[in-house]
Amino acid sequence: MGKKTFLYEKHLQTGAKIIDFHGWDLPLHYGSQIHEHHQVRRDVGMFDISHMTVLDLTGQRVQEFLRYLLANDIARLKMPGKALYSCMLNEQGGILDDLIVYYQSDNQFRLVVNAATRDKDLSWINQQAEPFAVQVKERDDLAMLAIQGPQAREQLKSRLPENLQSTVMALAPFYADWNNDEVFVGRTGYTGEDGFEVILPEQPAVEMWEALLAAGVKPIGLGARDTLRLEAGLNLYGMDMDENYTPLESGLAWTVAWSPTDRNFIGRRALEKQREQGELRVMVGLILRNQGVLRAQQTVQVEDGGIGYITSGTFSPTLGISIGLARLPAGIYEKVMVIIRNKPLLAQVVKPPFVRQGKACIELTN
Amino acid sequence: MSELPEDLKYTKTHEWVRVEEDGTVTIGITDHAQEALDDLVFVELPTLGQLVAAEEPCGVIESVKAAADIFSPISGEIIACNDKLVNEPELINSSPYEDGWLFKLKPDGDSQLIELLTAEEYTEILETES
Repeated sequence: MGKKTFLYEKHLQTGAKIIDFHGWDLPLHYGSQIHEHHQVRRDVGMFDISHMTVLDLTGQRVQEFLRYLLANDIARLKMPGKALYSCMLNEQGGILDDLIVYYQSDNQFRLVVNAATRDKDLSWINQQAEPFAVQVKERDDLAMLAIQGPQAREQLKSRLPENLQSTVMALAPFYADWNNDEVFVGRTGYTGEDGFEVILPEQPAVEMWEALLAAGVKPIGLGARDTLRLEAGLNLYGMDMDENYTPLESGLAWTVAWSPTDRNFIGRRALEKQREQGELRVMVGLILRNQGVLRAQQTVQVEDGGIGYITSGTFSPTLGISIGLARLPAGIYEKVMVIIRNKPLLAQVVKPPFVRQGKACIELTN
Repeated sequence: MSELPEDLKYTKTHEWVRVEEDGTVTIGITDHAQEALDDLVFVELPTLGQLVAAEEPCGVIESVKAAADIFSPISGEIIACNDKLVNEPELINSSPYEDGWLFKLKPDGDSQLIELLTAEEYTEILETES
């Protein structure tokens, strides 16, 4: 018996197939993962992502602390409400977790970190926060929903508290707004579609879920969440990156804020050293050009005999072919061979995303 | 759990076998198997004329979740494959015992059929597994 979200009973009522996800009992799908995937790409779907860990950080020195804790620089956030994606590194530059940080006020920031890394993150952040006298409060009293897809705005609008409706509808991507009743809405997501993530207390969360369900918005499970994020070219912690790799080897160099050069963040020295040494492994997107399905851990052979491996692979419901992410030896590649059941199969190297806003972003070469 | 067709035979590896009037057999995977795999996305079937050995893998089915070998429960020669599955693997999900059949073969001999399970015996296995 794992941990259950406030919506667990609702999931059972709507026919969810429940699986264990890092200690949480969560819906894998509610019938068909592929139908759910298309639902989000073509219309709208909603996810219960209450397993995600929400942390509120407060203190006079919270900005100084986050500029030390994170590889991306929260000083880039000029306005309250703005969000930033960042890696949190150890001293060796290895990725402890990836997260979203929201700027709420000069003394308050909200972090959303992964469920799988909750214990490790909490102990690391608390340990690092102590000298800065920053308070870390886990918000396990709150639920988190994601409403994603081209019709997400339309569907969410009337289900929001009145005092948030106009401001939330006016949010630019990667901005959030909230009210005094702890309803917090960010225009963020993990699908490559427009949409929102809503953090709110149990009662309004259940009401919002029921209202959306009654309006015909389909619940979407973890299975489609994974194929949607992979089509969108978004990394999953524990699959595409972990403590053994830096952001520079994980396709996330763009999230490392090198300037200002005097900002000392955890892992900076190690990253600088790695950057100077060069010859960095690369993360690429792959499209399998044969029948079959790319899966994590499959071996990839590159032209000069080097070896890499698939970090995430799946069948792409939107493209109708198999796609994946792979970590390869330093180099520039157009084609590679993937070993599937002892047979080398041709895969085309592409730059993710594969799909964004319902449209394919890649072109198949001959 | 859905009702198992009584006229079919079953295997521990979740295939079903139907003995046709002319002595050939049709093979597919059970409803339980398709449900465990979730949405199917790719099927690799044996080729016509191929000789397959009992309980050896002769094809692959892949779902959103995993790849699974197809075992032929009986030795024999492949005489038909369900080519529709190449473009519509989801037929296995929607109709595992009818439209989602995998292949037909001409058995080497009929002795192996004795090893197969009845619907009742297969149900018992499913109950012990769950």
